[in-house]
Amino acid sequence: MVEFRMPSLGADMEAGTLVEWLVKPGDQVKRGDVVAVVETQKGAIEIEVFETGRIEQILVDLNSKVPVGTPLARIRTELERKAGVALAPAAPPASVAEAPPGVLPAAPRPSRPASMAPPIATLPSVAGRARVSPAARRLAETHGVDLATVTGSGPSGAIVRADVERRLTAAPASAEKKRPTGLNLDAMRTAIAAAMARSKREIPHYYLEHQVDVTSCEQWLTRTNALRPPGGRLLMAALAAKSVAVAARRFTLFNGFYHDDKYEPASAVHLGIAIAIRGGGLAAPALHDVDQMPLDELMTRMRDLVQRMRAGRIRSSEMSNSTITVSSLGERGVDALHGVIYPPQVALIGFGKVVARPWVIDGAIGPRSIVTITLAADHRVSDGHAGALFLAEIGKLLQEPEKL
Amino acid sequence: MTAVTDKPRLSRAHALDLLKQMIRIRRFEDKCAELYTQEKIRGFLHLYDGEEAVAVGVIPVLEQRDRIVATYREHGQALVRGVPMTAALAEMYGKQQGCSRGRGGSMHLFDRATNFYGGNAIVGGGLPLSIGLALADHMRGDDIVTACFFGEGAVAEGEFHESLNLAALWGLPVLFVCENNLYAMGTALAISESETDIQRKAACYRIASEAVDGMDVVAIEAAARRAIHAVRESGKPYFLECRTYRLRAHSMFDAQLYRDKAEVEAWRHKEPIVRFKGWLEANHMIHPDDLARIEAEIEAEIAEAVAFAEGGTWEPVEQLTRFAYADEAA
Amino acid sequence: MTAPAAMIELTYRDAIREAIRDVLRRDKNVFLMGEDVGRYGGCYAVTKGLLAEFGPERIRDTPLSESGFTGAGIGAAMAGMRPIVELMTVNFSLLALDQILNTAATVRHMSGNQFGVPLVIRMATGAGRQLAAQHSHSLEGWYAHIPGIKVLAPATVEDARGMLWTALQDPDPVLIFENVMLYNMTGRLAADAGAVDIDKAVVRRTGRDISLITYGGSLWKTLEAAAALAAEDVDAEVIDLRSLRPIDDATIMTSVRKTRRAVIVDEGWRSGSLSAEICTRIIEQAFWELDVPIGRVCSEEVPIPYPRHLEIAAIPQVPKIVAAAKIALGRA
Repeated sequence: MVEFRMPSLGADMEAGTLVEWLVKPGDQVKRGDVVAVVETQKGAIEIEVFETGRIEQILVDLNSKVPVGTPLARIRTELERKAGVALAPAAPPASVAEAPPGVLPAAPRPSRPASMAPPIATLPSVAGRARVSPAARRLAETHGVDLATVTGSGPSGAIVRADVERRLTAAPASAEKKRPTGLNLDAMRTAIAAAMARSKREIPHYYLEHQVDVTSCEQWLTRTNALRPPGGRLLMAALAAKSVAVAARRFTLFNGFYHDDKYEPASAVHLGIAIAIRGGGLAAPALHDVDQMPLDELMTRMRDLVQRMRAGRIRSSEMSNSTITVSSLGERGVDALHGVIYPPQVALIGFGKVVARPWVIDGAIGPRSIVTITLAADHRVSDGHAGALFLAEIGKLLQEPEKL
Repeated sequence: MTAVTDKPRLSRAHALDLLKQMIRIRRFEDKCAELYTQEKIRGFLHLYDGEEAVAVGVIPVLEQRDRIVATYREHGQALVRGVPMTAALAEMYGKQQGCSRGRGGSMHLFDRATNFYGGNAIVGGGLPLSIGLALADHMRGDDIVTACFFGEGAVAEGEFHESLNLAALWGLPVLFVCENNLYAMGTALAISESETDIQRKAACYRIASEAVDGMDVVAIEAAARRAIHAVRESGKPYFLECRTYRLRAHSMFDAQLYRDKAEVEAWRHKEPIVRFKGWLEANHMIHPDDLARIEAEIEAEIAEAVAFAEGGTWEPVEQLTRFAYADEAA
Repeated sequence: MTAPAAMIELTYRDAIREAIRDVLRRDKNVFLMGEDVGRYGGCYAVTKGLLAEFGPERIRDTPLSESGFTGAGIGAAMAGMRPIVELMTVNFSLLALDQILNTAATVRHMSGNQFGVPLVIRMATGAGRQLAAQHSHSLEGWYAHIPGIKVLAPATVEDARGMLWTALQDPDPVLIFENVMLYNMTGRLAADAGAVDIDKAVVRRTGRDISLITYGGSLWKTLEAAAALAAEDVDAEVIDLRSLRPIDDATIMTSVRKTRRAVIVDEGWRSGSLSAEICTRIIEQAFWELDVPIGRVCSEEVPIPYPRHLEIAAIPQVPKIVAAAKIALGRA
């Protein structure tokens, strides 16, 4: 038995109303015969049958509106009649089963991918209605500037980036005719103070210490630097920075940002290098992709940063987006430092002074150069176990300075 | 000048071939109608029932190197030209094994291998295209004819006149084949043209023209031989009006409110397959076995095409934006 | 060290003529057809003298049949020739819009990549000569909406000279829009200047404070505006889009990331114009860099009027560009 179904006659036909049967049960029909009339939005259309056989049963009443695909009649085909059997009704046309995979995308794939900046965490709601430009917002976020304290000079009083920069440098607006070419360090210190206070308030710090034998580092440095002019010599600081960066690549819980109650590991290692500001205080401008930077380049860049910081010539763009910070106070003479994490980072590594200490090697006591490395880390993100492994890795890397 | 054989050699073999070609188109169109009602073929479907003699009479006279431009009612032309039935049906299913990779559907059958330039859905849109193809051949001095099929509805479009004028002015080797089926969708010729003797319009552009009985495949073949020979010899255009009739509606979704059922029935009695078969039988050139064999072969070919189309695959959605430009097509 | 190439001075018109002459010489399949290109010498005198040099088959006068001969160009290109169709102006191109959109832009796709249309269509565009409503359109942005074609707007003598050959090498249809106000403009060009790319924008003037993004006839007004702004201590960067489809997003975003401010100058009518597209792309790709809303200077929402003062007021002008820039800089 074969089912004769309401045909689709057009792309926009969803249903039809049967208004006339031109055959009745018992009638013989052949392929191409017109058997009924269907009323559609375009008018009455005769519909034909594609089987040859006998009408066995009418299934649908006149003047009923039925969707396309509804069985209208049953036909016993020639084959069945000859064989004297009723075949199972043919499988319904799979109008859905063969739907093309997936849905057409709402918009075609662009020929150039749109490069989107990573999502920026929204600041805690500022008092009501101030308009803040995206650029200003992002700068304020990075430096922990409270927008409520910034006056806007943009269209309709909107806060624009220059306003936030001014706030950071704290120079009176009327005194600035041109866009500042460097940062006002006093303003920066104020901002850092605010950030440090916030850090201690919000970040549950935990601290770990590790003593590392850096004798091989010193020996390697001596050997390497012997062949170099003074300007091209490498310092322990570069080895320290590189080892931290390489370790941070593996230990992703220490390299990233904590925003909005969740941690986002960073895809690159941008190392903040803590540098003393003239007159007191520390700032930590970022060097990018330090884990992949050759030592020579790293040394050059670190030297350059220190120089410019001391001259007050750091660019504001360099102050942002460190993913982890390293602070080395060795020259100051302290053994270890327990630092304060720069939010929204989640870790800070401190290097103390390198001292000659008595050490046990192969069962005997001898002098070795030892440095104390400390980790200050965000306990919301990592715990002591991970921290210990991280520090141990740094120590391990420093045993093979030639591989850094 | 060689004498032109304007009478087709009507050997039994050739006659059977003409009949088979027409029946092949008819059965294929019939199957398309069925598949359409089952929603396997979607969008618009324009069937060639009643007009088979035009494609079958003209196209086999063309050479492989000649070019063909057709309309959205082009299944007949495509099949006769040699576009594989499998590829044509898969195209209508939208499968990527279709002759246009499924991208075009029923109205856009293209086939480079047979110089088949569509499948054009804008009435009159293919005429300037055919002028251009012929212009290229003319400029290079190549012996190639471009055959442009269009309906009498195109005659109202400005592009028809622009194209005829250009073809005549520049001496381009175009065979214009006007399939006058008396209705442009639902608009009868009589109410849309001030001059309904269409081949006379060509004469106004100084293009050689004639009208032929579109229901007589032998007459069409004879006219096509004359016409194509003339185009090749002279390098100038020729206009052939084939007076035919569309037995089915304009497309599947058409209530045919604009014409009488009696009129359709009258034409059904003199449609080309019925007519040619009758003539062959009267002249004892065909036996019942021949017909059975022809039908069986066609049925098998259609079944194979359906299986091919059913078994075809959908182009992955990720490839959506391909084929807008050449460099993304790779 | 080789001596720098000699520089010559020539008009935009001359540069295009040289480009056409060059391509006709290089490839025998190239020919040019359009209304009054031969005996008349071209509506804007671009093709003057070329009929005598190359003959009527290759510099082909056509009847007034835009649809017919554009379609013919399409067909000839599909069959292996390299035609250049000259539509007298974008205003008359509307008669050929069906061929451009429904055939040229779609054939490759509709045929599943079996056939392509390596056609170049050149058209004059723009307002400024008091030619009134039907002869003053700037529809480049409309055409740039269509996938399947490429759209160019050469604004310099170098681009007028160099874009044509590259466009002819392209396997897909390329539309080249020549602003009518540029034909008489003179510029300097290396004597051996050749083909240039057709998919990159170029920074014509570097600056730090604001990105002025434009194309075609508006380029020179924008550069003039940048000079005026410099006198007021505003350092404007001017980008010449050169290609309107595809648009060189990378150059635009690099600039906006630097300056954080943008004004787009587009001679099309404001609503639904190309400037709207560029605005949106900047928002999609550089939102966080922006310091102020993006500004636009476009033609006013009116058919271009005939009287001089009204025509001037209807299309982008230097003072409007300067004003828009100042708003962006908070100096309104």
